[in-house]
Amino acid sequence: MSSLGQKDLLGIRGMTREQISLVLETASGFKDVLKRDIKKVPALRGRTVFNLFFEPSTRTRTSFELAAKRLSTDVVNFSVPTSSVVKGESLLDTIATIESYGVDYIIIRHASSGVPHFIAQHSDASVLNAGDGINEHPTQALLDAFTIMEHKTQIEGLKIAIVGDILHSRVAKSNIYCLRELGAEVRLIAPPTFVPSHINEEGIDIHYDMDEGLKGADVIMMLRIQRERQGGGFLPSSDEYSRFWGLTRERLNMADPEAIVMHPGPMNRGIEIASEVADDERSVILEQVTNGVAVRMAVIYLLGRSKEKEQ
Amino acid sequence: MKVLIRNGHIVDPSQGLDSKGDLLVEGRTILKTGKNIKVKANDPEIRIVDASGLYVMPGLVDMHVHLREPGFEYKETIRTGTLAAVRGGFTSVCCMPNTKPVNDNETVTEFILRKAFAEGSCYVYPIGAITKGQEGAELAEMGMMFDAGCIAFSDDGRPVMNSMIMRRALEYTKVFGTPVISHAEDSSLSADGVMNEGRLSNLLGLKGIPREAEIIMIKRDIDLAGLTGGRLHIAHISTEEGVEAVRRAKSDGINVTAETCPHYFTTTEELAMGYNTFAKVNPPLRTDRDVEAIKRGLSDGTIDVIATDHAPHHQDEKLCEFDKAAPGISGLETALSMSLGLVVQGVLDMNGLVSKMSLSPASILGLNKGTLSEGSDADVVIVDREAEFEVDCDRFLSKGKNTPFNGMILKGRPVMTLCKGKVHDLMVDER
Repeated sequence: MSSLGQKDLLGIRGMTREQISLVLETASGFKDVLKRDIKKVPALRGRTVFNLFFEPSTRTRTSFELAAKRLSTDVVNFSVPTSSVVKGESLLDTIATIESYGVDYIIIRHASSGVPHFIAQHSDASVLNAGDGINEHPTQALLDAFTIMEHKTQIEGLKIAIVGDILHSRVAKSNIYCLRELGAEVRLIAPPTFVPSHINEEGIDIHYDMDEGLKGADVIMMLRIQRERQGGGFLPSSDEYSRFWGLTRERLNMADPEAIVMHPGPMNRGIEIASEVADDERSVILEQVTNGVAVRMAVIYLLGRSKEKEQ
Repeated sequence: MKVLIRNGHIVDPSQGLDSKGDLLVEGRTILKTGKNIKVKANDPEIRIVDASGLYVMPGLVDMHVHLREPGFEYKETIRTGTLAAVRGGFTSVCCMPNTKPVNDNETVTEFILRKAFAEGSCYVYPIGAITKGQEGAELAEMGMMFDAGCIAFSDDGRPVMNSMIMRRALEYTKVFGTPVISHAEDSSLSADGVMNEGRLSNLLGLKGIPREAEIIMIKRDIDLAGLTGGRLHIAHISTEEGVEAVRRAKSDGINVTAETCPHYFTTTEELAMGYNTFAKVNPPLRTDRDVEAIKRGLSDGTIDVIATDHAPHHQDEKLCEFDKAAPGISGLETALSMSLGLVVQGVLDMNGLVSKMSLSPASILGLNKGTLSEGSDADVVIVDREAEFEVDCDRFLSKGKNTPFNGMILKGRPVMTLCKGKVHDLMVDER
């Protein structure tokens, strides 16, 4: 096995198809490990992983924590409410403090875009972006690609519809970069208020009409609608959103019969996705969760390898 | 004490001077300009400055700075801000009212003027707030502030969102003849944006400020100036459409003037790549077509003034999350050098440049500045257009080291500034 050849994973943008494929192949190996009785490998024993979460997150933090533990690292969780950040400590001081503990990996989630990049500049540790503002969420895109691969064997040429609040979604952003790099045809379905004003320049099809957009789709990727968007003038109401852009069984029938349905979670049942669709056999939402651990193991492992190479 | 500046190339738009000559100064007053001014040889009371190969021009007037005092002395003080001004060739600066407390009453105005008189290396002219606390709701006591020494009114840093209040401000200030300076930003549209909205903001995942936030407000304020006949000045213009709106307004005979800043005609949003907080400024850096439009606006006279919008911040306010970083550039010590590039590019001639940085802002504000005519204040700057240097923010006299131009090689710099009866030999300070 080789390495990613970089210290940090800050985003999918800029990653090559080869790098992405390497992560997916490596994850496949780790997925086998997770099926074993003893789900742990000694690969990174003695290394320390720092889970630095400035935004509430249970799923992603847990997934990273499990991934790191399965690799035999020591994991420390550091989240905002109990930290000195609330006392007004600067980000730079927080980084310096963490550096002083001597950590090898910093897994960072932050509400401001670019914070992982800032930390990477000021820290020797490998930085993994676990979601920054409205920018990127690279491991989510990688686990989504991995999940699609398990069902469709290859991504090249697939018609993939991403539905929902594209404007505020780091998941959508990373997925667009990742899936297009792997050769998929990505289309977006959203009300115009949720489409970034300059995304047209990237040459992506945009559909305001969901039925139209779903036609022939091989993969439907739903995004979570944040309730606070109603106040921001983006949406009149969640009921109205649900009527026009919610994924119902009838709408699902517009897509390819073999289509799979994805959602990064947590879901708003009855808003962006109907309960019966969430529980449909075409839904792969829980597989995404399982695969998340394997993919994150792969990323941590491969960045670790990059680090060894540098030394 | 007299100073004779010999053999310099004198550029003084107020007298139409653009030729070799001498300039004689006594104390705080200009005695005369002319060819071969004769003085007694070896007079210990006369300092002779050889300006061969150098340009001699009126001290620059910056109608848009933030001196941060009172209230934000950790960012800048009147003492350090005016030191930086003199270093940059400026002899008069106009300070915006967004201090703590806000300069929205005569007591604060008097405090600033008293401080400036005692500690200022150059002249300081306060700009009062349009509304109390810059909150956009009630007019501030502009008459009393005018009496105390304010020379214009602005809520800079914030727009006056309420159109009725802006209308009233443009009407009311007709009593004093002072301009109302518009920070043209529709804040409901810019919302929590942190850089220019476009392909790049999308790429960086940073919230965008659409150019329309500026354009709409420029157009609104022009219409209100038309309605009221008040005097409107548009601050820090950054968009092509904004320049075009001012151009049309001027041809329609509306009483409007406009300024831009060096960063809007030298750089674009690309500077923010890598989440470079030093490139975060409000209004945000725009695109190539805006840079070109602003140059055209400077060249054809649509834009009257080059100001710095000197916005010093503490380093901690820049070394942080992009969203959280304070917007602004410490500009006093690089502005002239960056603007001289316009002359090299043929956008302006020396006369035009000097005018936009001295005479023009002075006349907009009704200040008897920006001239080397006999009897005026001896505010003079001597400039070496050939000298190359590297921008080193650690050597800024301003407390604000926040510049995106650190490390850049610039050509042309002030070498001596005369102000308030003092000769500042800038090359000596350098050593």
